[in-house]
Amino acid sequence: MSSPIQLQHVNVKLLAIDGASVDLEPLIPIFHGWIRDRVFEETLLDVADYRHVHDGPGVMVIGHQANYSVDNTSGRLGVRYNRKAALDGTNQDRLKQAARAALAAFQRLESEGSMKGALRFGGREMELFINDRALAPNTDATRMAAQPELHAFFGKLFQGADYTLTHETEPRRLFTVRVMSNKAFSVSELLANIES
Amino acid sequence: MKASNALWKEKLAAKIPGNLAGEIDGYETDIALRKQGKMDERVFAETRLRRGTYGQRYDNGQRYDGSKFQEMKYPSGELTKGPSTMWDAPGMQRIKIPGGGLNADQLETMAELAEEYSDDIAHVTTRQDFQLHYIHIDDTPTLMRRLAASGITTREACGNSVRNVTACPYAGICQDEVFDVTPYSHALAQFLLGHPDCQSFGRKFKPAFSGCAQHACGLTSLHDIGFIAVTRNENGVEKRGFRTFVGGGLGAVPYMAKLFDDFVPVEEILPLTQSVARVFARLGEKKNRSRARIKFLVQDLGIEKFKELVLKERKTLTPDPRWTGFVDAAKKFEEAPLKPGSDWPSSGPDECFARWLKTNTRPQKQPGYVTVTVALPLGDITANQLRALADIVRRHTKETIRTTVEQNFAVRWVSQSDLPGMYRALDAVGLGDPGAGAIVDIVTCPGTDTCKLGISSSRGLAGELHRRLAEESFELDESVQHLHIKISGCFNSCGQHHVADLGFYGVSRKVAGFAVPHFQVVLGGEWEHNGGSYGLPVAAIPSKNIPQVVTRLTERYIAGRTEGETFKDFVKRVGKVELKKALEDLAKPPSDPNDRSFFSDWGDPREYTLGDMGVGECAGEVVSSVEFDLAGAEREVFDAQVALEGGQIEKAGKTAYQSMVHAAKALVKINRQSISDDPDEIIGEFRTQFYDTQKFWDPYAGGKFANYLFEAQQKSGQTYTADSSRYLIDEAQLFIDAAHACYNKIGTAVGA
Repeated sequence: MSSPIQLQHVNVKLLAIDGASVDLEPLIPIFHGWIRDRVFEETLLDVADYRHVHDGPGVMVIGHQANYSVDNTSGRLGVRYNRKAALDGTNQDRLKQAARAALAAFQRLESEGSMKGALRFGGREMELFINDRALAPNTDATRMAAQPELHAFFGKLFQGADYTLTHETEPRRLFTVRVMSNKAFSVSELLANIES
Repeated sequence: MKASNALWKEKLAAKIPGNLAGEIDGYETDIALRKQGKMDERVFAETRLRRGTYGQRYDNGQRYDGSKFQEMKYPSGELTKGPSTMWDAPGMQRIKIPGGGLNADQLETMAELAEEYSDDIAHVTTRQDFQLHYIHIDDTPTLMRRLAASGITTREACGNSVRNVTACPYAGICQDEVFDVTPYSHALAQFLLGHPDCQSFGRKFKPAFSGCAQHACGLTSLHDIGFIAVTRNENGVEKRGFRTFVGGGLGAVPYMAKLFDDFVPVEEILPLTQSVARVFARLGEKKNRSRARIKFLVQDLGIEKFKELVLKERKTLTPDPRWTGFVDAAKKFEEAPLKPGSDWPSSGPDECFARWLKTNTRPQKQPGYVTVTVALPLGDITANQLRALADIVRRHTKETIRTTVEQNFAVRWVSQSDLPGMYRALDAVGLGDPGAGAIVDIVTCPGTDTCKLGISSSRGLAGELHRRLAEESFELDESVQHLHIKISGCFNSCGQHHVADLGFYGVSRKVAGFAVPHFQVVLGGEWEHNGGSYGLPVAAIPSKNIPQVVTRLTERYIAGRTEGETFKDFVKRVGKVELKKALEDLAKPPSDPNDRSFFSDWGDPREYTLGDMGVGECAGEVVSSVEFDLAGAEREVFDAQVALEGGQIEKAGKTAYQSMVHAAKALVKINRQSISDDPDEIIGEFRTQFYDTQKFWDPYAGGKFANYLFEAQQKSGQTYTADSSRYLIDEAQLFIDAAHACYNKIGTAVGA
């Protein structure tokens, strides 16, 4: 059965512990290193430093297909994957791809020399955005249409735990879902769950 | 790139005015034709540029990673959107905001576009525009449709066209303006948009309006055409008009606009501008891009001849009802407040509020109201902040908000008693920083962050200075709190460094065989009086030492200023020789050869142009004769500046020319040590070795800087005027900067 909604340009943000105390400056050389060493499949192009703006996108590595960032939007620090290029496949494929990419980035950052021990995944909380207001306006209708897809995806990701979905209801904002699990997972566990 | 592009076209069809819809449809067709190989890349480049769609750094598909150049792999392969500009490479979209005027819905549209197509940031420019970065070309028609549905066009935001018509953001509320220029700037912007007489310029054309002569807000001196409001009494009736200037412009060599007419009646500003446009289109340079701005035409013809031609042209125009159709309504034009005026707040939330009140509010001429300036660090604002700002302007005003040339927002018609509540709302979203218009409110162009022309990291430096000054700005002496710092990443002056108290522009220098990012320190500029005077470079200093330059010069000013003396007057009194001496030790390379911090730029850890390192050089040991000779040429151009300021005009011109010849000789000697001192022989050899081979060519400016030398040679027998000496000094400095860049590029080691 086809889905009533097309989920493209999926963004996944994995919330960090004690975000306010994390110094983002060391990310700049790390992200330059990602470009130089071509650490991901996507073509990475440039580093953008927005530490000077309040509750902003932090430090980003800009790519052709996607951006990666340690993002502080809404004052919540986390590792964010922003899929820019449209993807074929099902909604589940696209949710999986974005979550996997965000987790892989977090895993890499957790072990990068200067960020090691400073940037830590909380294990319970993530945010999901659909960065396309035409495909997914932030309305009740979208929320209804997306619900089955979201439960199918998060049920698998947080398997063995209960979780809650909270929707951002401000209509001008992107379609946004906050997901909270009652059990803490490591990045590796979530990556394993995605592939299971 | 976006999966929803087709959906938007359908969704917005009824909301876009027909002319704009057709225009965007045509552009979309051009995109399709280019993709099919049916449109030449150069033609397509001009097509997109005229719609404000620019290229961005690394869009040639290559990026230096600190040790080598890497090729970027893009799905569209070799397809280009202009010469050496890969189709898939991210670009920048400039969005014109005439007079800087917006409403709340438009702020929200900007937020959506920043989020969905860019990197969540909208950037306010020094000409009241917005810029969004990292945009994919395939998304630009949709982006334009969404803007058009909100009443905004990007048409002619770039290209050889009439750019954004800027205007004082305090027009209509300023206490000492002559009259509100808002409706006149809007009328001109609408009249010129797509006008057939403005489609065949050799370069861009920038108009600006100011309500007064004394403040900076309109910056009319540095515009192609500038209008300053004036009135005169005719038979007992007050008539409105404009003191009109032409031929100003910054760029590599800044020109002060010339007075065209003391009083152009408001009914005449449209036809007069049309006449100027026609003369510019007909007589302006077309082939040599570096001489194609109207400032060169005015300079070459002389203002009197130029005026004669324009007035003659004016007589040939077919009358157009738009010329005067707006005039009656313009006189009655007035913005309205949302709330009644009220008393100044007797108390506020805290000390931060008191500071903010002092620097970020401006009493209006209408009793009970103030204009609030929202200071944006580096001109940047997030999507969430834009939405919050939209809510705030709806709550407190009738959506009367404008962008400013200092890369901020001015929220007009705020009832005074609303200030504590408005401050709390702004502060809650990080928009309540004090220091608007103060030393901490640094203006900067994008520089090496995203601009293809950037040489040094202007944003990186601005961020560092902002961080340092924000911590201490309120402890600083009152006299330095209102100095202006403006930074450009290269000589092209987008950061308006010429009109700053402390101006900086990016250059590179070779130190111990390695390229090192530097900034030229520019002193003597004036921000007030619509950019009343232009500063000149004093010394090239490594980027990493610029914060110390700021500290040293401001401390010296605090200690040495006489009562009421401005920074500009202080620079003039103390003299640039003395100030240059004060910076001498900062211009030196690091003494520790293991200290690599100078070899990268602010905010960018990559070793700066390591790939240009000369073969066989040994860091820390060799100072080549080329570097030595170029340093000598630089001393000469500084001497020329000192001579000019001392009124020795002829000497200034001659010395500037001599410095260029000596810089050329420094390069020529690489392959021909025995070259004589004869300028003609040096320049002939320079032409053969460096110009004809394009070794001296700038990647984007081409042979522009070499042409400065050739033109100076041709004019070397003529008498210099104050203007021509001044221009030559700027050109000489740029020629020497280019010689340094050329030497870096060649990477040839020549023993000391």
